[in-house]
Amino acid sequence: MAVINWFRKHVIAIVAGLIFFFLLVPNFVVIWMSFNKPSGKYNVKWEKFSFDAWKNPLDDGILHDPLMLSLEIALLATLVATVLGTMIAFAIVRHSFKGRGFVNSVLFLPMAAPEIVMGTTLLALFLNTFGVSFLGFKSILIAHIMFCVSYVVITVKSRLNGMDPMLEKAAQDLYATPWQTFWRVTFPLVAPGIGAAALLSFALSFDDFIITEMTAGNSVTFPYWIWNAVQKGIPPQVNVIGSLMLIITLAGIAIAEVPKWLKTSKAR
Amino acid sequence: MSKNTETPAAGGAVAGDLKLVNVTKRFGDFAAVKDLTLTIPQGSFFALLGASGCGKTTTLRMVSGLEEPTAGRVLLGDHDVTRLRPYKRPVNTVFQNYALFPHLTIAENIAFGLKRRGVKDVKKPVQDMLDLIELSHIGARKPNQLSGGQQQRVALGRALINRPQVLLLDEPLGALDLKLRRQMQIELKRIQTEVGLTFVHVTHDQEEAMTMADTIAVMNLGRIEQLGSPTDLYENPRTTFVANFLGQSNLWPGKASGTVGEHLRVRLEDGTGVLIPSARNNASGDEVIVGVRPEKMSIHASADEVPDGRNMLTGGVVTDTSFVGVSTQYVVKVAVCDELGVFVQNDGARIFRPGSDVVVSWDPSQGFGLDGKQDIDAGAEADLEAGS
Amino acid sequence: MSAPALADEAAEALADGTTVAELRADKRVRRRRATLPYVLLAPGIIWLVVFFIVPMWSIVSTSVETGDMDTGFVLSWRWANFGDVWSQWHQQIIRSLEYSLMCTVFCLILALPLAYFIAFKAGRWKNLLMALVVAPFFTSYLIRTLAWKTILADDGWVVHAMNTLHITPLLSGMGWTYSDNSVLQTPFSVVCGMVYNFLPFTVLPIYTAMEKIDPRLHEAGQDLYASAWATFRKVTFPLALPGIVGGTLLTFIPAVGDYTNAVMLGGPKTKVIGTVIEQQMIGTGGNIPYGAALSVLLMVGTLVITLAYIKRAGTEEIV
Repeated sequence: MAVINWFRKHVIAIVAGLIFFFLLVPNFVVIWMSFNKPSGKYNVKWEKFSFDAWKNPLDDGILHDPLMLSLEIALLATLVATVLGTMIAFAIVRHSFKGRGFVNSVLFLPMAAPEIVMGTTLLALFLNTFGVSFLGFKSILIAHIMFCVSYVVITVKSRLNGMDPMLEKAAQDLYATPWQTFWRVTFPLVAPGIGAAALLSFALSFDDFIITEMTAGNSVTFPYWIWNAVQKGIPPQVNVIGSLMLIITLAGIAIAEVPKWLKTSKAR
Repeated sequence: MSKNTETPAAGGAVAGDLKLVNVTKRFGDFAAVKDLTLTIPQGSFFALLGASGCGKTTTLRMVSGLEEPTAGRVLLGDHDVTRLRPYKRPVNTVFQNYALFPHLTIAENIAFGLKRRGVKDVKKPVQDMLDLIELSHIGARKPNQLSGGQQQRVALGRALINRPQVLLLDEPLGALDLKLRRQMQIELKRIQTEVGLTFVHVTHDQEEAMTMADTIAVMNLGRIEQLGSPTDLYENPRTTFVANFLGQSNLWPGKASGTVGEHLRVRLEDGTGVLIPSARNNASGDEVIVGVRPEKMSIHASADEVPDGRNMLTGGVVTDTSFVGVSTQYVVKVAVCDELGVFVQNDGARIFRPGSDVVVSWDPSQGFGLDGKQDIDAGAEADLEAGS
Repeated sequence: MSAPALADEAAEALADGTTVAELRADKRVRRRRATLPYVLLAPGIIWLVVFFIVPMWSIVSTSVETGDMDTGFVLSWRWANFGDVWSQWHQQIIRSLEYSLMCTVFCLILALPLAYFIAFKAGRWKNLLMALVVAPFFTSYLIRTLAWKTILADDGWVVHAMNTLHITPLLSGMGWTYSDNSVLQTPFSVVCGMVYNFLPFTVLPIYTAMEKIDPRLHEAGQDLYASAWATFRKVTFPLALPGIVGGTLLTFIPAVGDYTNAVMLGGPKTKVIGTVIEQQMIGTGGNIPYGAALSVLLMVGTLVITLAYIKRAGTEEIV
């Protein structure tokens, strides 16, 4: 009876724990397999423990170019998309204008379109207007900025919506010009939202494959390289880079969350 | 099943008094309620009064089943409901801030409990309830289209329609403005008299508790400080906490120095002797705190004006005068107390300006005595915190 | 400025005691303010229009071209391309719909308890757990998808466990796998990978919607004779519905066009429409108009399904 009662009380927690397990297990497998020393070309089956891949994370430089290309595109796309998206978010939350419905649909649709559709439509545009030679760095960057903007807008918008507009009024009441109000009050308060949006953009761009494949031409980004490698054989170095990305992310979460968590645990 | 709407025994249990027996609730190291024993008679309007954090809401939640006691039992009549899940108890709650279901209309909100209990035809009881709370015209609206007072009545109706054995009210009027609150107080009292259910009302507002309840339990630090009728609590507080929390009191420490007839003589710190009724002395030893309510005191220009037989504090100086219409409230500095409060009803008599030399007096029958070993200021800050 | 307009302006100025000059200055400021939102909107919106809306036209025009890789393609308005692609690849189209529907249903089944737990039971761990749900986003999803190849390998412990519990014959009996001791390269492994990849998209909006629900409403439900399950059905679910609609859409839409899972975890029998499009557009298929026609079908199909679904669910608050 006690067991049944305990189970009834915690059933939701148990189910949630199992789902978390499902979500996180592949990450552990990625890390685990980064220490593998496969005998063949495919790093799928566990064979032998080794630090080889970690000692040589770029696989003798083979991964250098795709990684650099992905980083470059992700940084540029993040920069442009964050600026464009933040401007739109401010216009939407703080101003009235005509055509709000149109703006909202234009922002929503890219998030609601299958990636393959966005990729092929852009490819069709580039082929029809510029020809096949245009495909490469420029076309990938254009595509990435395009699909990142909407995510920036919703992220910054929610931060702006959560901000008390009276704060700006108060600043103006205290003799701040609109310009000063923006830089001294509004911007510092919205900055975390903009930061989150930039992080999201970076992750989306760095990780994108389908749209990139359609618009890449002969350029090869990191995900595209992995995709090609699936046919030819995947080295454990790919897992090393995947693990590093995860570790950096988790460190970021820890830096952002742990102080808050400590604060609340003290407050109790 | 539909019979349930007519009889108070929603859960099929026999109606009766609500009893809490040695109930304790701990959250980690913190004991919110400590060994509480309490009987609330069937059909009464009972108020749990106290400042925030005194354990009154936790007590209420243990009755509703939303919180399980760490120790002790909760009984409804002879029925032990301590471990019964909230949805199986014939107890309903009017939540603070109402907790109305935003996706349901007013009528659907009210019908919610009946439907969950499998009542097939809810139309008539819902309509009757809408009539009772005077919202028949807006039964089809959603809660967010209603004013605070209307939402409050929906919350009441939603609970009442189930005819619970006990209706719990958790600061039900806290979110309303003063005027509406007064109006709802009267209405709540009317409805309680009409339906004759046991109401347990949690509040920090002493005026609200006194207006509505037959019996008030003043809670402090997880314990019941004093329990009694509003007049009893006000006229004869037994602790400094109750004296300070419920209204205002002038309190001075002193020492008992013999009896005079039915009165006890107490010598205050400056040597002044005052009389208090022996029957109203709660002190166990010689150390007595003398208490008098400000409105029981009179203010005079000189000792000559004081009628015989009254207690008297001479050598006072008015330090503040506030005229509030029905009365004038003075703060007087006397030897035993820097801030003595005196409320004088506005009967057209003269008003003393700050700086005036005065004498204050009161009828010995109006004083009370408290045990001298307690903190003389207990409850005063709690009262301020509670904002009443 | 015309005379009557000037008169109006003067009257307006007189009415509140300002000078005409002041009023004009004020109007200039207001006009500048009125253009500000358009200045803020223009760059981003133009970018989206040029690179998202205009390409829709490009793909439609490409879809009715004819020709071949060597001579190039010309616009000949050959609408029959659509008939061609349907008859040639309808099997893959239907398969894509099946996979993405299954994926959406399983995602919802998993997302509801997970979001519920994080929103209502996790207390101060809430943000941390939500971060863990999205954290996988930040490692390349292709790498993580590959990890499923290791997890579901024939001699892995998952398949062993499934064999012991007699789940594998059950799956092959339902046609989700093809043999009793292997699960890779089957619809099962593909959908499993898809559910894994898209689950965070389902959880996020549902969590956001649930997090807004006042937990006291649950208490009110329980107080009013609703068991935990009844409270979920009658209170939590309807209040979280906008999030549920949003979450299922954000799962279904990308899932329907996805081909990475079908290729990496599937086999020849799990070919989906995305793969066909990929091959036609940039791969060995070589018929760009056919690829474009399939894209248009996919685009219109998802749009129709989405709109019908939103209408059915009776909510427009998607994002």
